[in-house]
Amino acid sequence: MELLMASAIGVMTAAGLYLVLRLRTFPVILGLALLTYAVNFFLFASGRLVVNAPPVLRDGVERYTDPLPQALVLTAIVISFGMTAVVVMMALGAYLSSRDDDVSLPPEDESPEGGA
Amino acid sequence: MSHWIIVPVVLPAVLAAVLTLAMRHHIGLQRVFSLAGCVVLLAVALGLLVHAGSGAVEVYELGNWRAPFGIVLVLDRLAAVMVTLTAALALVVLLYAIGSGWDARGRNFHPLWQFQLMGICGAFLTGDAFNLFVFFEVLLIASYGLMIHAGGARRFKAGVQYVIYNLLGSTLFLFALGTLYAVTGTLNMADLAERAAQIPVDDSALLRVGAMLLFLVFAIKAALLPLHFWLPNTYAEAPAPVAALFAVMTKVGAYAILRFYTLVFGPDLDATAVLIDRFLLYGALLSLAVGMIGVLGARRLGRLAAFAAIGSMGTLLVAVAGFTEASSAAALYYAIHSTLAGALLFLVVDLVRERRGALAGALVPGPRLAQHGIVTALWFGAAIATAGMPPLSGFVGKLLILDATRDLADVWVIWAMILATSLVAIVGLSQAGSVVFWKTDREAEAEGPTPALPLVACFSLLGGVVALAVFAGPVMRYIEATAAQLHAPAAYIAAVLGQG
Repeated sequence: MELLMASAIGVMTAAGLYLVLRLRTFPVILGLALLTYAVNFFLFASGRLVVNAPPVLRDGVERYTDPLPQALVLTAIVISFGMTAVVVMMALGAYLSSRDDDVSLPPEDESPEGGA
Repeated sequence: MSHWIIVPVVLPAVLAAVLTLAMRHHIGLQRVFSLAGCVVLLAVALGLLVHAGSGAVEVYELGNWRAPFGIVLVLDRLAAVMVTLTAALALVVLLYAIGSGWDARGRNFHPLWQFQLMGICGAFLTGDAFNLFVFFEVLLIASYGLMIHAGGARRFKAGVQYVIYNLLGSTLFLFALGTLYAVTGTLNMADLAERAAQIPVDDSALLRVGAMLLFLVFAIKAALLPLHFWLPNTYAEAPAPVAALFAVMTKVGAYAILRFYTLVFGPDLDATAVLIDRFLLYGALLSLAVGMIGVLGARRLGRLAAFAAIGSMGTLLVAVAGFTEASSAAALYYAIHSTLAGALLFLVVDLVRERRGALAGALVPGPRLAQHGIVTALWFGAAIATAGMPPLSGFVGKLLILDATRDLADVWVIWAMILATSLVAIVGLSQAGSVVFWKTDREAEAEGPTPALPLVACFSLLGGVVALAVFAGPVMRYIEATAAQLHAPAAYIAAVLGQG
């Protein structure tokens, strides 16, 4: 269980980082999505791995799982989902206005508007 | 328990919703309400500033849940100073945005502006680490929208870079929080401080990892070298009023470093002592050097102002890295100064760009500007403030920092770097100024818009810098008390955890 969790987080983080370092927006966004999955699992594991235990107080139960990371993960999922939507929209906007999906800025002198 | 503490968060949040839902298509109404909101915010912030001046740490328990189980907002002197600074800056810069018509060049400027204020004020007030993350996200989401306000291919590209960089930062923030929670079992900042102190030094590897990860996150926000890469493009390409408001956003990072590494991982905590101050000091010195050399080498005014922002963050973080009472006080004074001066520089640069037509911010000789004398005078003031020359507050701030770092081991490196980079900044700024304002074609005068309100905003910021220098005595008294409170975290912890 621990090994599965740890390697899942590690592999996703590594793949995510690799994709983020590409210079096109599409793989970068995929990489960001992978990274947020990894961090969600990580947060989940930060309350220790407990299987088949209730998170809220109940009569006659001795063993509990930590409820707080689950709440944190929920917040993190919502925020990262919203952020991914924002970055997709912005990347689309950048693609449509400059006709390429390169992440880097063109040199200032060559750009049509001349920059700032 | 007074409800005033939550007003700086709730007021912009509600106002932003009203602006979006009820007056989407009425830019006039939006302007009135947005301005009114900023005025009220400033009034409330001043009230909180006076209230916090008594020295008491006021705690606001959201939903009446006791800390550490519920989320708390905490008002101490530091939070009050930063909220007041934010509110004052937002009001003045909003005047500029309205006067120059920037707010009408795209949609939803005012709601995003208010959300941005909500996020910044919340980040200063919160006493919970995860809540700090949430407020960071609020201010970032709003800033993404503001960043690409008015559109344009280059701005969109710079915006995408900015978002990607900050999403990575947010991911790192979550990793840091997860690590800290796994070690301590809490995310309330006061409770974290207590638990971190109980962890034996031999067993603190994970705690140190968490502290370091968190430091990296705040360093990204504060544009500390080598994590500053998001800043030059973002600030140079962002709409001018937005860049001016962003002047306080880097300060959020500096604030968080100051707060966390005095309260939670304080200088007395053996596990993390001397963990970050080295990194911070050398990173800050590098930022200072690169920022000011960037000022010297910039070929456009926008990038010049952006590199000046990096340089001033470097100066500020040199002071923060001391982690003594005197150096924190100097850092706070310089933070106020560099926020006002940085915003002023961005606004003046925009005045020039608006008046030069197709030349925009390129550092090549051009026609005389409309209102040439006034704009030149403003540039002169902004340059003096940025370089830290007398008589403006930049000089007082740098003097305080030099004085506060006198007892540190690296005093010669720090002094040499600050003094040498000041000279570089003076050369860079005067070079740029003489190209734009002096080597003009006397025959041609550029036609340009000459509304009065942007000038009012610029002169208010300049007035703020002057006032900060004239009233340095009273301001420093408040700030020294703030630093004393910051370096005696026992009162903060007792107030939050209800043992006081």
